[in-house]
Amino acid sequence: MPTVEVSFTPLPAHVRTARLVATAVARRSGVSESLLDEVRLAVGEACSRAVETHVAQCPTEPVRVALSDQEGRFEIEVVNAGKAPAAATSGQPGDGTLMPPGFSLAVIAGLADEVQISETETGTCVKMSWPLTDSLAGDSRASGLPPATGSPD
Amino acid sequence: MALEESVDLKLDTHNKDGIEIVDVEGEIDVYTAPRLRELLIDLVNNGHYQLIVNMEKVEFLDSTGLGVLVGGLKRVRAHDGSLDLVCTQERILKIFRITGLTKVFGIHDTVDEAIGHRKSEK
Repeated sequence: MPTVEVSFTPLPAHVRTARLVATAVARRSGVSESLLDEVRLAVGEACSRAVETHVAQCPTEPVRVALSDQEGRFEIEVVNAGKAPAAATSGQPGDGTLMPPGFSLAVIAGLADEVQISETETGTCVKMSWPLTDSLAGDSRASGLPPATGSPD
Repeated sequence: MALEESVDLKLDTHNKDGIEIVDVEGEIDVYTAPRLRELLIDLVNNGHYQLIVNMEKVEFLDSTGLGVLVGGLKRVRAHDGSLDLVCTQERILKIFRITGLTKVFGIHDTVDEAIGHRKSEK
């Protein structure tokens, strides 16, 4: 059961919103501050890739992002409809964005602690996870208090 | 000269010692990167082939932004030009290291250092 689930219209402007939400939930869940930049960048990459695919193939379908923490890990699942074309994430010749196909997935693999990419019946699911290093996070959520960070004093 | 300003990305250019300096402030992502791309294309189309992109105030950079920088580098190199970067922020440098692009771009600590390096290469 996701802690937070976000669906957004596949517009580039909304990718920033998804990044902000993912980073806030990761912090709240107890992901180490030193990993938050990686979470932010990885979810941004996955959402950008999903938006490109949706815009090309199914612009009316929303991109779905599910954020959850369980069994000591913080997990992000970005699900896109449609199949990523070879040119997705690579730009078009002459447009000044010349990166190879699959570049964003390679960046995600370099950022996330664990990555799983699977094909679904309707599209692709990118699942990324990081360890929860704040052992008090679960207790503080249950008590309704913010998770403990830093030293007690 | 202030060229572009928005909540997410601010672009500014000025010339120093014959080199066009592009000051970038904010977030470079799938939404804002096209504006940086257009600026770099405009500079090259106007005959500026020696570029330095100052990223000291960039708060976020993703692979779309990297693609724009690589595209800019290819454009200036087609005219025997150069595109150097100024960046000391670890969070930004990390993505250059992950992607191996530290070997492609000259990355410097200050604009003056980048200019000095460019002059010494001539």
